[in-house]
Amino acid sequence: MKIVFKKKRSFRGLPLPENKITAEKSIENLPVPEKVVIPLQQNIGASCEFMVKRGDIVKTGQKIADSEGYVSAPIHSTISGKVLKTIKMVNPVTSNVMDAAVIKSDGEDSRVKCKKLFNINESDDFFGLKRIIEGIDKEEVLKKIREAGVVGLGGAAFPTHVKLKPPPEKKIDTIILNGCECEPFITSDHRVMLENGREVLMGLYIINKLLSPEKVYIGIEDNKKDVIEHLEKLIIRMNLEGLFEIVSLKSRYPMGAEKTLIKTITGRSVPMGGLPMNVGAVVNNVATAKSIYEAVIEDKPLIERVVTVTGVVTNPKNLKVRLGASVSSLIEKCGGYRDEFNSIIAGGPMMGISFTDTDFPVTKGTNCILVSKRKLQDEQNCINCGRCVDACPMNLMPLIYVRNTKKKNFKVCREYYIDNCIECGSCSYVCPANIPIVGYIKTCKSELSKK
Amino acid sequence: MGVEDNKILISHAPHIWRGISTDKIMYMVVFALLFPTAAGIYFFGYYAIYLILVSVVTAVLTEFVIKKLRRKRFIMDGSAVITGLLFALTLPPRLPLWMAALGSFFAIAIAKEAFGGLGYNIFNPALAGRAFLAMCFSKEMTTWVLPPNFSYDAVTGATPLGESFIYNTDKIFLYKDLFFGNTGGSLGETSAMFILAGALILIVFRIIDWRIPVFYIGVVALGSFIMGKDVLFQVLAGGLMIGAFFMATDYVTSPVTKRGRIIFGISLGVLTVLIRNFSNMPEGVSFSILIMNAFAPLIDKYVRLKPFGFYKKRKNA
Repeated sequence: MKIVFKKKRSFRGLPLPENKITAEKSIENLPVPEKVVIPLQQNIGASCEFMVKRGDIVKTGQKIADSEGYVSAPIHSTISGKVLKTIKMVNPVTSNVMDAAVIKSDGEDSRVKCKKLFNINESDDFFGLKRIIEGIDKEEVLKKIREAGVVGLGGAAFPTHVKLKPPPEKKIDTIILNGCECEPFITSDHRVMLENGREVLMGLYIINKLLSPEKVYIGIEDNKKDVIEHLEKLIIRMNLEGLFEIVSLKSRYPMGAEKTLIKTITGRSVPMGGLPMNVGAVVNNVATAKSIYEAVIEDKPLIERVVTVTGVVTNPKNLKVRLGASVSSLIEKCGGYRDEFNSIIAGGPMMGISFTDTDFPVTKGTNCILVSKRKLQDEQNCINCGRCVDACPMNLMPLIYVRNTKKKNFKVCREYYIDNCIECGSCSYVCPANIPIVGYIKTCKSELSKK
Repeated sequence: MGVEDNKILISHAPHIWRGISTDKIMYMVVFALLFPTAAGIYFFGYYAIYLILVSVVTAVLTEFVIKKLRRKRFIMDGSAVITGLLFALTLPPRLPLWMAALGSFFAIAIAKEAFGGLGYNIFNPALAGRAFLAMCFSKEMTTWVLPPNFSYDAVTGATPLGESFIYNTDKIFLYKDLFFGNTGGSLGETSAMFILAGALILIVFRIIDWRIPVFYIGVVALGSFIMGKDVLFQVLAGGLMIGAFFMATDYVTSPVTKRGRIIFGISLGVLTVLIRNFSNMPEGVSFSILIMNAFAPLIDKYVRLKPFGFYKKRKNA
């Protein structure tokens, strides 16, 4: 039975220089840090409230914060030790002030014990697990996923249990596992698929059980041929042929964006302002699938993730990191800086956020730390060349936004559907005048949301 | 846009750049323009070099002085070079040098900088400069010379599209002369072959959009056919080639969307056919482009893209 399908035609995207220098590097563990800083706002949605206070003793995997909000996920301590203090810090994504807990390790890393959903023997192979998954209670599993604090690990960090529980009137017929990793430099998903392919597929199997769709696709860009082959073999070995289908996609940025991925694989366009479930699709990242598996089967909350540390560091690596470890400890593990640098980016070079403070912690959404030397050029006049219009995957006219944001005509931007912008950065990337178009768009969007 | 904090920068995403800058694009166009320039020098002699040099130097100097007067930064981005060069290519081969300088000054000072500089001009500066000269010095601007090795021994004569233009050779030779450039006309417009060579580079490297020239020339061909004119002659003669490939495709003064550019090209073609057939001017390319330049913002206003995920609202839904 055919498992891998090739999509020849794709949306018009940008071919980017890949720079995936860590693609061959196996995931290494970062030692359990001495101290972690855990921000309480790590995902889209409501900010969490503390459940512990200064001086409390916590264990690894213990819930330290939660929220009543529907779109929210709890936050766990990633090491065992003592809560030193609670601090305020600036969320680099939203620029809001948020709370954070500083926890000092006791060096034991003792895990919190909790009730397991199933009794699993060490000897249970995949088929045993498959039988167990067949018999699960959906509500209980969803609760488990929420309690484990699982959020989308692709970058946006949307709480996963919300995605997996669509309103009953929305019929989900397609699940897409997103293994595109279309941003340059990042290889964390690549390595997870290669080294934890089994867990990823099991996680997908759980998602499949929860939503019972008609089609399950695994979308992978064709620059990761090794992953496609590996997963194909695994699917055969795990007897999942006919259920999961691997779609080999052309490497074009931003293929991994939800909307473009759904469009490329199913041909459906998510309506403006809508969610993937409006067209009957749910998209999950591969690392998310892995953490769903860990939450449901291994009873392990989301306390660590794989981060690619790359750029001008001595030894670029893929590191498995406890959340809350400081960025500087990651860079140190990679041998420090190799060369002059002037920018540190959390996330990929296209959508990542640059920051100055290397004490900043790794959060659930951090998939990459990129240290780079950047030549800043001055912004020049827009010459109306239309390259941004051609590059936009959402078919928008970015130059109009720049022009009108400069004139403070924010409402005009809305007439040109600025809300549909996914801020992928393609327009700024191609702009010959080096205009930070996305910056203008963000300014305009925040002005519009104020009114 | 970047705020320096010690030595680590804070900047907006994306943090990489394709690196095809305005300057690179402009110098690519200059390079492509060297083909018709070379043809002009070959066919019309050394005087062409003086004309071109005077235009380019005046253009760059004017921009430099005006930027200094406006206390703005002068960037040698090549756009003034293009304007000067393009302007020179639209001139009659024996125009007095001071007129060329005046026109080039007008192109930069009035048509470009007075509107706010690169990116803000409404009209193609080179064509505006030419139109200015055509108004002021209509006699000099319509005094043409024929290339020295032209088939018959006149020194001054009409351009192919002029009423008094007659030819006594076979049509095949006429087409050949028009294609290679061995005919009367403005400096850079005569040789279709060299213009196409330059334009091909720009299209291959995706500097210009093929839609504008293809639809422009296509509509002129179609219109000429309907009007009962010699189609190949209408396409090859006059400034259509250089206008369609190098002037109508100017980013600043043309629409940004693909559909808009098609509309732009078609309108240009219609206007050119109308001017060539019904006005008392033999040539309509430069004025068609200037007229459509004024409409480009309007086209951009009304030809909008349908964003991703845009669905028409059903009436009774």
